[in-house]
Amino acid sequence: MILAKVLGNVVATQKNHRYENARMMLCESITPEGDGTGYTVLALDAVDAGVGDTVLIVQEGWSASTTATGKAGAAIDSAIVGVVDRIDLLSEENTQ
Amino acid sequence: MQLARVIGTVVATVKNDSLQNRKLLIVQSLNKDLAPQGKPLVAVDAAGAGVGELVFWCRGKEASFPFKREDTPTDCTIVGIVDSEDHVCCE
Repeated sequence: MILAKVLGNVVATQKNHRYENARMMLCESITPEGDGTGYTVLALDAVDAGVGDTVLIVQEGWSASTTATGKAGAAIDSAIVGVVDRIDLLSEENTQ
Repeated sequence: MQLARVIGTVVATVKNDSLQNRKLLIVQSLNKDLAPQGKPLVAVDAAGAGVGELVFWCRGKEASFPFKREDTPTDCTIVGIVDSEDHVCCE
């Protein structure tokens, strides 16, 4: 899974039918420290995440499809599966 | 999935049977500012997209699911068309 920040959402009328009734969120992946990496990814929202939230994104088809639509086999490669409350990291001197 | 702009088309006469009658488009992935991100890729179209349109595409094995499941050899498929640039809401 990757850590990401939700930036906004994307509206599409013409789309694969399995994407209906799901919100597609525009997210930017972040480091554990919270800095943006510049890499932008779209993910279907399975947990009612909001703009500004730090989230967990799973980038694997079966999991993404199952959590976002309730059924496997959709053309979905990323889904938001959690909203992060807190990240605790070892201090820098302890990681060396 | 990735946001992308369709920047061209590809014509291939000799190809895998399951790719027959499929539209091949070149997509350039975009970041949050709609600026290019990464290299352009060739995508199979499953949404009826055309050149110049803002779309999103799916990567990996899941890319073949809009077709006859694992039949179509693709790892990059356009699965939707974004209504307009104004419909990319970014704070």
